[in-house]
Amino acid sequence: MICICKRELKNFFDSMTGWVFCAFLLLMTGIYFTAYNLNYGYPLFSYTLSAITFLFLITAPVLTMRTLAEERKQKTDQLLLTSPVTVWQIVGGKYLALVGVFLVPILILCFYPLILSQYGTISFASTYVALLGFFLLGCTSLSVGLFFSSLTESQIIAAVGTFAALLVCYLMQGISGFFPETAGASFFSLVVLVLLFCFFIYHMTQSILLPLIIGIIGEGILTALYLLRQSIFEGIIQKILNLFNISGHFSNFTDGMLDFTGIIYYLSFIGIMLFLTVQTIQKRRWN
Amino acid sequence: MIEVRHLTKRYGSTLAVDDLNFTIEKGQIYGFLGPNGAGKSTTMNIITGYIASTDGTVTIDGHDILENPEAAKKNIGYLPELPPLYFDMTVEEYLLFAAELKKIPKKERASQLADICALTKVEEVRHRLIKNLSKGYRQRVGLAQALLGYPEILILDEPTVGLDPKQILEIRNLIKTLGKSHTVILSSHILSEVSAVCDYVLIISHGKLVASDTPDNLSKLMQGTSSLLLTVKSSQEDLENLLNTIPAVQEFHFTDCEEKDCVKAEIKTEPSADIRELLFYRLAEAGLPILGMQLVHLSLEDIFLELTADDTQSFTESASSIDQKGENLDDLHM
Repeated sequence: MICICKRELKNFFDSMTGWVFCAFLLLMTGIYFTAYNLNYGYPLFSYTLSAITFLFLITAPVLTMRTLAEERKQKTDQLLLTSPVTVWQIVGGKYLALVGVFLVPILILCFYPLILSQYGTISFASTYVALLGFFLLGCTSLSVGLFFSSLTESQIIAAVGTFAALLVCYLMQGISGFFPETAGASFFSLVVLVLLFCFFIYHMTQSILLPLIIGIIGEGILTALYLLRQSIFEGIIQKILNLFNISGHFSNFTDGMLDFTGIIYYLSFIGIMLFLTVQTIQKRRWN
Repeated sequence: MIEVRHLTKRYGSTLAVDDLNFTIEKGQIYGFLGPNGAGKSTTMNIITGYIASTDGTVTIDGHDILENPEAAKKNIGYLPELPPLYFDMTVEEYLLFAAELKKIPKKERASQLADICALTKVEEVRHRLIKNLSKGYRQRVGLAQALLGYPEILILDEPTVGLDPKQILEIRNLIKTLGKSHTVILSSHILSEVSAVCDYVLIISHGKLVASDTPDNLSKLMQGTSSLLLTVKSSQEDLENLLNTIPAVQEFHFTDCEEKDCVKAEIKTEPSADIRELLFYRLAEAGLPILGMQLVHLSLEDIFLELTADDTQSFTESASSIDQKGENLDDLHM
């Protein structure tokens, strides 16, 4: 795992990718930092950080698109997969390298509050909590990128896919507002979701029995719940969709709150993404 | 060493490997022979654990490749069809990375690297970027990678494809040397290569094992089925009538002849029947001059064609190939 991480890191900094990523992130942060904190004299660094989260929409796809797609295209994954390492170690090493590259600008950003403190008093604790939130949000975006990179041989498709997925995640709050909150509409949406899930399983396994059982049980439970207690269905679609609202928890961090649910949320999001990445690679080997 | 049992691989509806069974013994060079798309690479990819089989098992030194992959993979060095090289690394960086990936202890890495670079003759390009290397060197770097850690089993997928004749000879000699201390499996669609290098040949076609034996035994097996190439100045009818009167002739067919008023026939006789003298006198009696007569023993190539061709056409195909290429097939591939 460590050797894969080392190779990736070396590759990022031997080629332009790593440097461009760091430079771009620092340049944009610098512009916003100068504008908000230095020019307007606004004392909160977190304000700058929350203004630049959109950068991940561009930087995460660009940094991650190569990672697994290129290995597959150049057939170098044959070396990795026939070596005595597990798929988890490969994916883990790759992800650690991505985080490693991202750590470079983060460490430099750690000096910004020190600059600010020259001009007055600032709360270091809340500023660094915001920075931690920023770091976690970035890591989550990278894990999404890694997953998309494992899906395809084409770097472009991986980048566009990551961009689209992250954009939807960022806009999730607005998107979830489109859906009606009434119990009836939620029930209907869930019924459709279960059907889609069954179709997905059927497509994956090509057997009719398992999705049929899941479908009947799932729809049965939904109907029973709806008949017994309608109230729990209210707003449930919003709750489900908001699970993907990755920037939602970030606002707690920028408010200076060390949000443990947020930390656990981000870590589990990353965990699930890495798990899906491993499963994608495994599935391809079995096909 | 390697046990392959009931190996089956299905890609959607196509059957790439169909119930393959064989055992690889220690310390020999095995040749995996088959036409393009026969399932050679798929089988090798399954043995090395790159892809999983649909059905069946592969056991390497007692370790199942799917249940105990790390232990099994440790014994294997693999050179895939396309060497898995990172173009933006130098040869040295790449080999060090591969050594670390194969968990070679840090102390041994430098000395092993030096030995293997000398063996595969890549010393002079050690500090060059892989993307700037020629195909022959890339192939050798791939081979060096497979050799790292001195695994007991070396699996080489078409190791000489795309190399020039001198490089092919060098790589073959290297494989022969390696065969003394390793078990080598190499795949090829080139017969001369397999008969020159391998101790044992496995011929597969359409994902099935159609023959497995030593090259000599395979030739012996098919001996007796020799054929005769005959060029006579006559009409097709006359020759046909004459040939029908000779009982030892099993079958024959005519092929195009470049010369005017001539016919060329390919005659298959009963095993161990030599009808050349008889033909001479008979044709002389009939006043049909013989312009050419040649006895063709089936070479490994013909056996291969015979075994891998689609059933009924098999003889015609192998026969016409003899016509086109003559006996010196090996030279063509060198």
